[in-house]
Amino acid sequence: MDREIRLTVDGEPRTVTVDVRTTLLDALRERLDVVAPKKGCDHGQCGSCTVLLDGRRHLTCLKLAVSADGAEVVTADGLAADGTLHPVQEAFLAHDAYQCGYCTPGQVCSAVGLLTESAGEDLSDDDIREQMSGNLCRCGAYRGILAAVRQAAREVRR
Amino acid sequence: MRTFAHHVAVDPAEAVTLVADDPSARFLAGGSNLVDHLNLGVVEPGLLVDISRLALDGIEETSEGGLRVGATVRNSDLAAHPVVRRDFPVVAEALLAGASPQIRHQATTGGNLLQRTRCVYFQDVTTPCNKREPGSGCAALEGYARHNAVLGASAACVTTHPSDLAVALAAVDAQVVVLGPDGERRVPMTQLHRLPGDRPADDTVLTHGELITAVELPGDRSAPRSAYVKVRDRASYAFALVSVAACLEVADDTVAEVRIAWGGVAHRPWRATRAEAALRGTRVDELDEDAVRAAADLELEAAETDDRTAFKVPMVRNTTALVLGRLIGEVAR
Repeated sequence: MDREIRLTVDGEPRTVTVDVRTTLLDALRERLDVVAPKKGCDHGQCGSCTVLLDGRRHLTCLKLAVSADGAEVVTADGLAADGTLHPVQEAFLAHDAYQCGYCTPGQVCSAVGLLTESAGEDLSDDDIREQMSGNLCRCGAYRGILAAVRQAAREVRR
Repeated sequence: MRTFAHHVAVDPAEAVTLVADDPSARFLAGGSNLVDHLNLGVVEPGLLVDISRLALDGIEETSEGGLRVGATVRNSDLAAHPVVRRDFPVVAEALLAGASPQIRHQATTGGNLLQRTRCVYFQDVTTPCNKREPGSGCAALEGYARHNAVLGASAACVTTHPSDLAVALAAVDAQVVVLGPDGERRVPMTQLHRLPGDRPADDTVLTHGELITAVELPGDRSAPRSAYVKVRDRASYAFALVSVAACLEVADDTVAEVRIAWGGVAHRPWRATRAEAALRGTRVDELDEDAVRAAADLELEAAETDDRTAFKVPMVRNTTALVLGRLIGEVAR
């Protein structure tokens, strides 16, 4: 059974007809060529498919595309405004917060979501570890990720 | 994945009618558990009735001084609500101990209570599981047992309920508001989930087509101090080995009220009523860790374990002592 859905993806209105079984992740990657969110586990465990969905960090592998009809999706690709990287992206670069890079778009979206949720609160390293626990990194770049999120949180508070 | 029809419900009554009239229909809310099961082939519904756009996403204070939480309120929004944080810390702590931040934005209040077991065999369609396929057997009896029950299990099913929220709601004596084809009814949270018996496919007392529309947190402030502690194999983003939710009130240096619920030990949140009875009326200066452990042991007399699950008995005993110790410490301050 097919259904037409509308999404705003990284600022652009998109319309696509999907089989109702299609996850939001597959709709983005396979149908709309939006490949920043990655398919890691496809099972809600790794976080590499994280985007901002209506402003909140959200997995796309456990969401049917038809359930997201009308939603606004921002991926890691949509965070850079006019060619200027988001402070979280700058911090990931500065702290070498990745190795292979596969989990990075999800990590970045998750960190952006965290900074919105914490609304300038002071985050301890343990807070950051706990709040980033939905994003796994198989390369183990956690030290850099922690440092990057810490720096971005500091910049947001300024 | 087998295909299905997808219908966006316009009001709760319509959703109830559609599901009640079709044995293959399921409600879809946040989808964080159900979509996974669709992918895995654990369930193969013919119709999904999407209730996520219904006006069930509000939190209102009740005339009795409690809270009415709509069924589609997100776990993250419930955990952040100022009245929940102030009056029901056990509920906020349980929610924040569950899942990941992303999933807490997706998962709903009603869906959290109705999530299915994470027993590895339930989720693996190549293995026998009486919950998934009645009569097929139980692979967990001889297999991986770290998340198995130690209280109230049956020969047909030895699994546990995975929700942290349900354990906290059992401790605060919440009520679940349910809409069915014949109207609305209230189910005490302690009676929502069942023990497996010979019908492990039925997690709850709800009948097909009944929809949770809200959860009510009571205005009764008889045990206002509360806390939740979860023990798991890693520090975050894991299901409980055991968990303890407790509510306490002390008056005149005596335990006036105490309510204790355990997670990770049974097919439903387990209210430790024998332990509660032993602790009620105890003088606080006599309520040391040993006294709490002794009370917990009254409840744990019924535990059935083997060498794979025996660790849970001291774990829940000690965690109960830890949680009550914290609450008593708050009173002392």
